[in-house]
Order: sequence, then structure tokens, then C-alpha cells
Amino acid sequence: MYKILKKRTLGPSIREYVVEAPDVAQVGKAGEFIVLRLHERGERIPLTIVECDPETGGVTLVVQEVGKSTREMGDHFHEGDSILDFAGPLGTASEIENYGTVICIGGGLGIAPLYPIARDLKKVGNEVIGIIGARNKELMFYEDRMDAVCDELIVMSDDGSHGTKGFVSDPLKEILESGRAIARVWAIGPAIMMKVCVEVTRPFEVPTTVSLNSIMIDGTGMCGGCRVEVDGVAKFACVDGPEFDGHQVDFDLLMSRQGYYHEEETCSMDKYVAKHAEGVER
Amino acid sequence: MHVPPSMHESDTGKRIAVIGAGPAGLTVAGEMRRRGHAVTIFELLHVAGGVLMYGIPEFRLPKAIVQREIGALCEMGVNIEVNMVIGRTHTVQELLDGDYDAVFIGTGAGLPRFLGVPGESLNGVFSANEFLTRINLMKAYLFPEYDTPIKVGERVVTVGGGNVAMDSSRTALRLGARESVIVYRRSEAELPARGEEVHHAKEEGIQFQLLTNPIEFIGENGNLKAIRCIKMELGELDDSGRRRPVPIEGTEFEIEATTVVIAVGNGPHPLIPQTTPHLDLNRWGSIVADPETGLTSIRSVYAGGDIVTGAATVIEAMGAGKRAAQAMHAFLT
Ligand SMILES: Cc1cc2nc3c(=O)[nH]c(=O)nc-3n(C[C@H](O)[C@H](O)[C@H](O)COP(=O)(O)OP(=O)(O)OC[C@H]3O[C@@H](n4cnc5c(N)ncnc54)[C@H](O)[C@@H]3O)c2cc1C
Ligand code: FES
Repeated sequence: MYKILKKRTLGPSIREYVVEAPDVAQVGKAGEFIVLRLHERGERIPLTIVECDPETGGVTLVVQEVGKSTREMGDHFHEGDSILDFAGPLGTASEIENYGTVICIGGGLGIAPLYPIARDLKKVGNEVIGIIGARNKELMFYEDRMDAVCDELIVMSDDGSHGTKGFVSDPLKEILESGRAIARVWAIGPAIMMKVCVEVTRPFEVPTTVSLNSIMIDGTGMCGGCRVEVDGVAKFACVDGPEFDGHQVDFDLLMSRQGYYHEEETCSMDKYVAKHAEGVER
Repeated sequence: MHVPPSMHESDTGKRIAVIGAGPAGLTVAGEMRRRGHAVTIFELLHVAGGVLMYGIPEFRLPKAIVQREIGALCEMGVNIEVNMVIGRTHTVQELLDGDYDAVFIGTGAGLPRFLGVPGESLNGVFSANEFLTRINLMKAYLFPEYDTPIKVGERVVTVGGGNVAMDSSRTALRLGARESVIVYRRSEAELPARGEEVHHAKEEGIQFQLLTNPIEFIGENGNLKAIRCIKMELGELDDSGRRRPVPIEGTEFEIEATTVVIAVGNGPHPLIPQTTPHLDLNRWGSIVADPETGLTSIRSVYAGGDIVTGAATVIEAMGAGKRAAQAMHAFLT
């Protein structure tokens, strides 16, 4: 069992958890993820590592309540409660080196996995330009944390309720067009956002790393359910990734595969909400 | 580096780490504990049992039996640590540098092979590992009581002719498929599955489309719709001593399918090989181990089961575990 040391709400349906998992906290790095299972009937949920504290054994995760399992986590798993299973770190860590000037783009929940990458890139000497965006002011989080590790931080919102109105790809394009030398871009967020960002950087030939959140089960290379196509070749996102060269990724395939269980997810959520309304747990 | 210590007293003062809780690892653990050593098993999944839990279906091997055996090991004092991804959470070297006098690697052949034909990433195309794991380990047949879903559809086609293919196609029927078809590139005589399994499959109404090989998966809006196949004939003998299947030109045809399960074999689980320097591998990436003792190229590190032989049998994995335990005991005492 893995105890929840801390839980706080970052926005509507967005919560941060610190889970006690000392073995993972010793070795977890930016770009890697863990798989957790809430209870005996639970699914294995992959979540990116935001931060590891080897001292306290805490692993920080940010969870957006998009489906039944994450919603249940928000509703029923509180500080002091325990999660049944927690395994990691999984996946390949981000390639952190001193590239020069880099742009780190986070859209929506993508800000969570992006933060440790920006932090570590800064630590090794990069000049880090951060671009973070959310649909609106309420959904924005980690602005302070990003601000602390970026040399410049650009904040965007779709509706203009916070920062500048527009998409994260807008300032990306402006910076590249200004002729400023950008060595590398990280873009993490919804598939469609990453797809747009790689099309912006492609003509400028700036290497662009994306992080793919395909549907996973084991998260250790045993099922192939997470496969994505990179440069026309099938790769397992859980072991070969989750980070890949964005210019080579087939995003349409990723989106199609992400949506495969849409019907089942809706059914599961409806059932959960109905039971919940009756005051019955699970 | 802190590595979880072994929980139970060792009568001999020796401590053994077993990586992987499949039949090979479980056998080593029992044998070593019986000889008085302290034993900890490290398993990456959330339950012990290996293929017995995630691969072989309930109707062939009730999970309660597997869990009873594992419970007996725990009662003997074997310590099982699940959710431990060796290679990532800890490495083999860390186990040796830490509490343990010897390590046994029994991590199995968990890497699913695909065909490498166009359309293989369409929704509805599964590896047998994914299909069976969703159902057996995650209990997708009880969705939405359990959270992991599976889609089966009307017509399931399983590609391959081994035990895994038989299990997949029979599982599909139990999940409500109206038709379950096996597509195999050689003839009935070459089916690698045990005769008994083929017999059960036929009895249950599994259709066999023999001497047939998929060349493309065809989709509509990202979802599988049909399989383009080609007829095969048997030619010269190949390395395995079986007649090699060769495509017959101009015989392409389509089979409708809502789901395809690819059951054409598994490769060695790559995590330990990739993260353990100085561990000798053969050209398929399997660990090289002495057939008598299981000793690998690293002192005090032993291996056995599918990670050494490639996908084989439960009996062979248990046999390798027995032999390795004997050798480890001799080495330690
Ligand atoms: C569907 C199916 C049907 C089968 N039917 C039969 C049959 O009828 N008869 C028969 O004799 N054989 C059958 N087999 C084959 C048989 O199951 C295997 O030969 C046997 O399980 C191999 O045992 P093992 O201990 O080597 O590996 P496995 O059973 O594969 O166990 C390996 C374990 O190691 C774990 N592991 C892997 N990497 C790590 C790591 N880095 N750290 C920690 N843990 C790790 C895995 O999660 C797994 O639990 C079948 C196989 C399948 C898939
Ligand atoms: S999640 Fe199973 S192989 Fe990646």
C-alpha cells in the first residue's frame, strides 16, 4: 500500500498528490512515469512523475479527473489514505543536456510533466523560455513553479481570461520567426496541441520532443497496447518513449487509438455517477 | 541505495533474490526456502504468478489454484514484493550489492511479436498478451465492475497456431464473439499447439483457416474491418525441420473481422538484459545460462524459464527452477 502524504486542488478537477513510494522517489527522473492501481477492481493508470523527494520518499503526481478512475481518485482518495499498487519509474527519461536556448511548452495538464523537464534543463545551464497555456484562468496551474525555473515565461489562455489570449503555438511561432536561435523545443499537452506545435517548428527544423500518452496496461513493454508510429515504425510508448521526436510522430493514429474505448469510458463514468448519486461507493 | 531486505530469518545466513514470479521463479523460491535460505521475489506486476495469472485463461487454469500455491510459498516464509520493476526500481547489481548473496532471473518471454504488416496499429488489432492480460489479469470480462475494458465484436480472428492462439480464440468465444477463426500459415499437421488444445478448440466451434497468412489489415475510421490474406503452400524444409510456408501468387482474399489477436510468439522480456551489463545474451536476446545449473555470465546470478529458452512450457520452466535452486544451494553452502 502506498500512502497519500499530501493532496491539494490545483483547479477544477485538477489535483496534486504526493504519494509515499520511497523506492521510486530514490530514482525517478523527469520524463518518466509510474503506473498505479487504486483498488482491487482498478485499472492500471499511467501518470507522469512531476517530482521525487528522496528524503521523504514522496512522488508528486498531477491528476486531471477525466474518466471514472481519476474521478474516483479525486472523490475517495484523500490525505492519509492508501493506494493499492504503485510501480515505477517506467519509460525513458528526458534527454537533459545543455542545448543553449530551449522552449518548453505545456498545454493544459501537459504543464505537469513539462515542469520537471524545464526545471532540469535550467539546472544544467539552458536558457529556458516557458510557454504555458490553458483553456481559461481556472484551469491554469504551476505558473509559480514554471516562473521559478524559466528565464522568460509566456502565459496563454484560449479565452483571454488569463495572460494573453491565444494558443501556445502563437508565441512559439513568433519567437521562431523573430530569428532567435532556438536549439530545441519540448511540447507536451493534448495530442492536437502537440501536432500543431510540431508543424510550427518543422519549417524551422528545430528538434521538437513530444510526450505521448497512449492507452497503457502494464506500462513495461509486455502488451503493445501503447504502440504508436514514429517514422512509420511501431514503437511502444511505455518503454521506447513516452518522449519521441515530434516531427516523426503519427498524431492522427495516436488520437484514433486514444479514442478507442470512448464508449466503455462513458459507460463506466455513467455507472459511477449514478451509484454516487445514490450515495453508494463504487 | 536502499533495497528491500528479506523479511524472514535465514537459517543458513544466505539471502536469495528471485526476479519474476512466474513458474520458474516460484519454483526457485520454494526450493531455496525449503533449504533454509531467506528468499524475496521481486515481481513487476501487481500480482505474482507470471503467465499463469496474466496469460492462461481461467477456464484452463483457475486463478484460485495459482493463488493457493503462492499462498503456500508465503506461509513457508517466502517474501513477495510486487510492483518491483527490476532494471528500473532497482537493478540486478543493486540487489547483489545490497542484501542478497545470489540472484535468480526468471522474467519470462513477455515481449509480444507483431507481424509487421500494414494496418497493424488499427484499433481492434491486439497482441495476444494485451488481449489475454486485459481479460485474465485485469478481469475485463467483468467490466464495468472492474475498470479495464475490452472490445471483442462479432468476428474475432486469431493469427497463429500455438497454445496461446488456442487460448485467445476460445477466450473470444466466451466473451461473446459470434465467430472465432484461427488463421495459420502452415497446415494442421504443423500446428504447434498441443493436440488436446486443438481438439478442445474444434469442439467449441473455432474455425481453422489453414495455409493462410495475413498481408494487410484494413480499417475504416481507424478501426479494423477486414484482413487481407494470401494462401500459402508448403515448400522446402526450414531450420526448424518443418516445411516452409510460401505464398501462392494471385490468391489474395479478404476476411471480415472486428478484432484480430496476434499470437505469433513472444520474445524475451528485454528489461533485465538491457539494464544488466556483462550479462551474456544469445542472438535472440535471451539470457545465456548453463543448462545444468542456470549460471549466467555473472557470478552468483542464475537464470531459467522462458527468459533463457524462449517461450516454452510451465514444466520446463519449473524444471529449470529446480536445477538452478540445486546449483545455487551448492554454490552458497
Ligand atoms: C496464453 C498462454 C498459454 C500457455 N499455455 C501453456 C500450456 O498449456 N502449457 C504449458 O506448459 N505452457 C503454456 N504456456 C507457456 C508457459 O506459460 C510459460 O512457458 C511459463 O509461464 C514460463 O515461465 P517463466 O517463469 O519462465 O516466465 P513467466 O511465467 O513469463 O513469468 C515471468 C514473470 O516475471 C515478471 N517480470 C518480467 N520482467 C521483470 C522485471 N524486470 N522485474 C520483475 N519482474 C519481472 C513478469 O511480470 C512475470 O510475472 C502458455 C503461455 C501463454 C502466454
Ligand atoms: S503498456 Fe503494455 S507494452 Fe506499453
